[in-house]
Amino acid sequence: MTDNRFFNRSEFIGILVLAVFLVVVLPLTLDVFRLNLVAKYLTYAFVALGLVICWGYGGILSLGQGVFFGLGGYCMAMFLKLEASSVENTKIQSTPGIPDFMDWNQITALPFFWKPFNSLTFTVAAIVLVPGIFAWIIGTAMFKRRVGGTYFAIITQAVAAILTILIVGQQGYTGGINGMTDLRTLKGWDIRPDHAKVVLYFFEVGCLFVCIMIAQFVRHAKLGRILVAMREKEDRVRFSGYSVANFKIFAFCIAAVFAAIGGAMFALNVGFMSPSFVGIVPSIEMVIYTAVGGRLSILGAIYGTLLVNFAKTSLSETFPELWLFGLGGLFIAVVLAFPNGLAGIWGDYVQPRIDRLVSSRKSQPAGWTDSSVADGAPAE
Amino acid sequence: MFGDYSIGDLGSIFVMQGFAGLILFSVYVLMALGLAIIFGQMGVINMAHGEFMILGAYVTWMTSNLFQTYLPSLFGGYFFLAMILAFVASGALGMLVEWALIRHLYKRPLDTLLATWGLSLMLQQAYRSVFGAREVGVELPQWMLGSLHVTDSIEVPINGVFVMCLTVLITIGVAYVMFKSRWGRQVRAVVQNRIMAGAVGINTEKVDRYTFGLGCGIAGVAGSAFTMIGSTGPTSGQLYIVDTFLVVVFGGAASLLGTIASAFSISQTQSTLEFFMSGSMAKVLTLLAVVGILMLRPQGLFALKVRK
Repeated sequence: MTDNRFFNRSEFIGILVLAVFLVVVLPLTLDVFRLNLVAKYLTYAFVALGLVICWGYGGILSLGQGVFFGLGGYCMAMFLKLEASSVENTKIQSTPGIPDFMDWNQITALPFFWKPFNSLTFTVAAIVLVPGIFAWIIGTAMFKRRVGGTYFAIITQAVAAILTILIVGQQGYTGGINGMTDLRTLKGWDIRPDHAKVVLYFFEVGCLFVCIMIAQFVRHAKLGRILVAMREKEDRVRFSGYSVANFKIFAFCIAAVFAAIGGAMFALNVGFMSPSFVGIVPSIEMVIYTAVGGRLSILGAIYGTLLVNFAKTSLSETFPELWLFGLGGLFIAVVLAFPNGLAGIWGDYVQPRIDRLVSSRKSQPAGWTDSSVADGAPAE
Repeated sequence: MFGDYSIGDLGSIFVMQGFAGLILFSVYVLMALGLAIIFGQMGVINMAHGEFMILGAYVTWMTSNLFQTYLPSLFGGYFFLAMILAFVASGALGMLVEWALIRHLYKRPLDTLLATWGLSLMLQQAYRSVFGAREVGVELPQWMLGSLHVTDSIEVPINGVFVMCLTVLITIGVAYVMFKSRWGRQVRAVVQNRIMAGAVGINTEKVDRYTFGLGCGIAGVAGSAFTMIGSTGPTSGQLYIVDTFLVVVFGGAASLLGTIASAFSISQTQSTLEFFMSGSMAKVLTLLAVVGILMLRPQGLFALKVRK
């Protein structure tokens, strides 16, 4: 391996630009309400980032990322809900000290699987481990038997359906269709006022950059190249002596953990968690964020997420009827005309011009579309 | 669990639940048949399949309204015309979609999935704009109402019997077309080896288009039958799409017999469990069992032995 650095020069600039944009420009120009919206969008960026590794590089399309987003989010929400349901806060209930929805559903004692969530340490561990282990189980069962491609997509979709039905059905334990609402404090620190939202935003951006670095590392390490090789010609990689299944499981697990971190951030920033972020529809929407940004581009996925969500918020506020047409059209357009998304457009049209403007030196338009073996053929 | 029921009651319950399961089975089979042709034979994942089904349902609803207003004397027979119209409408839309969208994506199955999902969103919104967000239900002709008294404690609804007969007929028809007709042979030849099929003079593009159209048309008929037992809304199709894909995958993608067997086992499991627990838990358990079995046996119940 010759190139074992985290990033090359133009990638470094790209990350720097994103950092300035998220850390300086947005907080200075937006009010707290809008900043909180951006924080909400960025929670999906974690999922999109995971999908870049899993889908863009590994070629494994998971339509169940909402499951991991939800698992992470529910872990966090359970901790926050328990703290919000202290005995003083819930005096009026027939059983004080348990979450309100349990009381409404005639449950009189905290279920056993809720008890460990009194501890923050356990919660943080669970946010990473529960989805990670779950993804490992699914991945092992599927990839060891060489199930992949469309089958895998359908199975993950079914898992998303199952989890949603389960959460909605078991109202007493999960809060049902309304989810867990009225989350208040984190270790006594109120997460609702404006200054807390700003702090949480910066915390989230920090976490996002840690994840970006991990993704960069995966991509530039040998691992990333094996993933690409596997996507292109799985059998050759297998015959070269690599365990294809293990690499796929790893990519899937890392995507799951990223999604879970996003979910936990969602619970913190938005202040509730509900099954409407778990099911099939949100899971597929998360895939479109990645597709719009560019499935091969780590930074593209983040811009794509922000862009689609901004469009969604503004369009669905003003023209609720148009939004679904727009979203559907976006799916089709991205697939048919721009298989590499925004990053592809950038790499093909914008970057070369910038390079020409900036210098006459020979510089490769890397960074955005690093992989010349992009799987999507150009538009027919 | 069984304490309050006598043996005779339990027997009746099982028969009635079994029959409810058979109606669910009919809907699954009709939807899955089209999907089995499109997914199993062509390898295309059509996430908009549910919307093609709903198109058939809306066509049926419109036909019944037309008959009620203009031809009330022939109302008893509107359903047969509606079914044909539903087949034609969904099939034509299917062929249009194949021409505009799917044929560019045969080499990228995962992308087809995303594109057809986008299509399904657009169709849903189109239905909502045209027919309204409310669910609509058709009025059944007189002869389909009521139920047959088999014994004192067992009753079966006539519309259910009708839907089941319809399912059997359509299944036989599809099996005949796929396995006995010249066109079915062409379809299977294209599936097995596209290049060779083209070399011996089969117009593969045309076969693709008609295959996709046939699958969508059957979905339209499924939607038509669906109006007999439930009401139709813009998002009704989406409720069934995951179940249907599981039915097809569980049965073994390329096998029609497998599709029927898996539709039967899934629907019977679900409706029997529904009696003993809440509907959502019955569904969770059924789907979990299916996913579990698929993890152990990914090729499904009936796998064709093919060299890859």
